Amino acid sequence: MIKITNLHKSFGEQPVLRGIDLAIPDGETIAIIGQSGCGKSVLLKLMIGLMKPDDGEITIDGVSMGKAKERQLEQVRLHIGFLFQGAALFDSMTVLENVTLGLKEHGERNPDVLAKIAAEKLALVGLHGIEQRTPVELSGGMKKRVALARALATDPKYVLYDEPTTGLDPVTSDQIDNLVRDLTARLRVTSIIVTHDLFTVERIAKRVVFLNKGKIYFDGTPDELYKSLDVAVMQFLQRYRTPVAAAVATS
Amino acid sequence: MSFFMRAPARLGRATRRFFAEFGETAILFGNSARYLPRIVRDRRLLFDQMEHIGTDSIPLVVVIGFFTGMVSAWQAAYQFKGIMPLSFLGAAVSRAIFIELGPVLTAIIIAGRVGASIAAEIGTMKVTEQIDALESLAISPVRYLALPRILAAIIMMPPLVVFANTIALGGAFLVSNFFLGITAKTFFDSVQQYFHLGDVIGGLTKAFFFGGVTALIGVQVGFNASGGAEGVGNATIRAFVLSSASILILDYVLWTVLF
Ligand SMILES: Nc1ncnc2c1ncn2[C@@H]1O[C@H](COP(=O)(O)OP(=O)(O)O)[C@@H](O)[C@H]1O
Ligand SMILES: [Mg+2]
Repeated sequence: MIKITNLHKSFGEQPVLRGIDLAIPDGETIAIIGQSGCGKSVLLKLMIGLMKPDDGEITIDGVSMGKAKERQLEQVRLHIGFLFQGAALFDSMTVLENVTLGLKEHGERNPDVLAKIAAEKLALVGLHGIEQRTPVELSGGMKKRVALARALATDPKYVLYDEPTTGLDPVTSDQIDNLVRDLTARLRVTSIIVTHDLFTVERIAKRVVFLNKGKIYFDGTPDELYKSLDVAVMQFLQRYRTPVAAAVATS
Repeated sequence: MSFFMRAPARLGRATRRFFAEFGETAILFGNSARYLPRIVRDRRLLFDQMEHIGTDSIPLVVVIGFFTGMVSAWQAAYQFKGIMPLSFLGAAVSRAIFIELGPVLTAIIIAGRVGASIAAEIGTMKVTEQIDALESLAISPVRYLALPRILAAIIMMPPLVVFANTIALGGAFLVSNFFLGITAKTFFDSVQQYFHLGDVIGGLTKAFFFGGVTALIGVQVGFNASGGAEGVGNATIRAFVLSSASILILDYVLWTVLF
C-alpha cells in the first residue's frame, strides 16, 4: 500500500508539488497524466525516496520514504521496480549485467541462473539475444525496454513506470501495455504509470490521476476523465488525445 | 567600489561553501568506512579499481619519476657549487626524493589522472541518473562506487611511490654519472650512508593519505555534479584543483606530525 499525504516539493523558489494526497491500494494499476514539467517524474522519485519531500509524507508498506534510514529504504526498494524516463542504463555494463545487477548484488551469484532470468525478462519486453551488447549500441526504444527488464528482474511488488511507451513504435507500445496488464492480472503487481499516452491509460488503467499546477485535479476512471468538464482536463485531453484513443473512447 | 563592498560577502559565501563541502566530504568518508566489512564480498569491485588506479598509472609514474630524479640531481649540483663537495649529492637527492618529491609529485599526477577520472565517471553517472538507478535497485552508491575507489587509491598509492622513488633515484644517478662525473660508488655510498628508513616510511605514510584524499575528493565532487556535460566538465576540474591543493596542505600538516 502506497499512501501519500499533503506532499509538497519545491526547487528553490519554484513550487512543483503543492499538496498531493493519494492512496494506492495493492494490486491497483494507476496512471498519472499531466503536462510536461508538472512534476510527474518528481512525484515518482519522491515515492522511492530518491528525493525528499519539503512537507508531507509518503509511506510504502508503512515505511516513510522521506524519513527512513538508508537500510530501511533499501529494504523497501527491494520490492520496487523503477523505470526511469531516460532509461538510466549503466553504460559501463552490458545489457546482461544491467538487467541482473540487482539480483547479483542481493545474493544470486550463479551465472547460469542470472543468464536465464535476463533472457526471460528481456523476452518479456520483446528483446532477444542482445545480452552482450552495451547501452551505446542500442536505440532509444531498446534502452527503454532493457531498463524495463532491469526494473522487473527482481519480480517487484510495486512497479513505477516513468513514460514507458514514449518514443516506442505503436506495436512495441502495445506489447508493453499488454505486459503491464499481465503483470497486474497474474502477479497482483501494483503499477504506477506516468504517461502521455491516453491509449495506454484506457487500455490498462482503471484509475487515472491528472496532475496540474502541483495538485491532483482529477482522480477517477478513464471514462469519468473524458466526461470531466474541468477546463484544465479538457484542455489536456484536447492536446494529447490521439484519434485512435478518441475512437476507442467513443466506441 | 562595488567590488570592495561585494567582496566580503562573496568571501563569506565561499568560506561557508568550503566548510559545508569539507563537512560533506568527512561524512562521505565516514559512510564509506561503514561498508568496510562488506569489501571482502565486493573484492571484485576493489580489484578492478586497483588495476585502474594503480597498474594503469605506472607508465605515467615512470616518466614523472625519471624526470624528477634527473632534475633534482642537476639542481643539487647547482646548489652545492662552492658550498659542498659533490660526494654528498647522492644523499641529498635521495632524501629529497624519498621524503618530498616522490610522494608529492606522484600524488599530484595521480590527482590529475585518477581524481579527475573518478569525478568524471561518477559525475556522468550522477547527471544521467545512473546513481539514482543504483539506489532504486537498493544498491548503495557509497558501497558500490565510493568505497572501492577510495580504498584502491589508499592501497595503490604507496607502491606507486616506491616505484617512482626507485625510478627517480635511477634518473638522478644517470645525470650524476654521465654529466657530473660522480662514480656509481660515490653516489650510492652517499645514498647509503645517510639513508634513514624513517624518510621512506614517512614518505609512504604521506602517499597513503594523499591517495585517500584524492579519491575521496573525486568521489565527493562527482556525487555533487549537476547540469549535464558541462557540469561533469566542471566537476573534473574541481576535483583536480581541490585534490592537488589538499595534497600540498596535507603535506605540510603531515610534515609537522611525521618529521
Ligand atoms: N533535481 C531538480 N532540480 C531542480 N529542479 C528540478 C529537478 N527535478 C525536476 N525539477 C523541476 O521540477 C519540475 C517538474 O519536473 P518533472 O517532474 O521532471 O516533470 P514531468 O512532469 O515532465 O516529469 C520541472 O520544472 C523541473 O525543472
Ligand atoms: Mg518526467
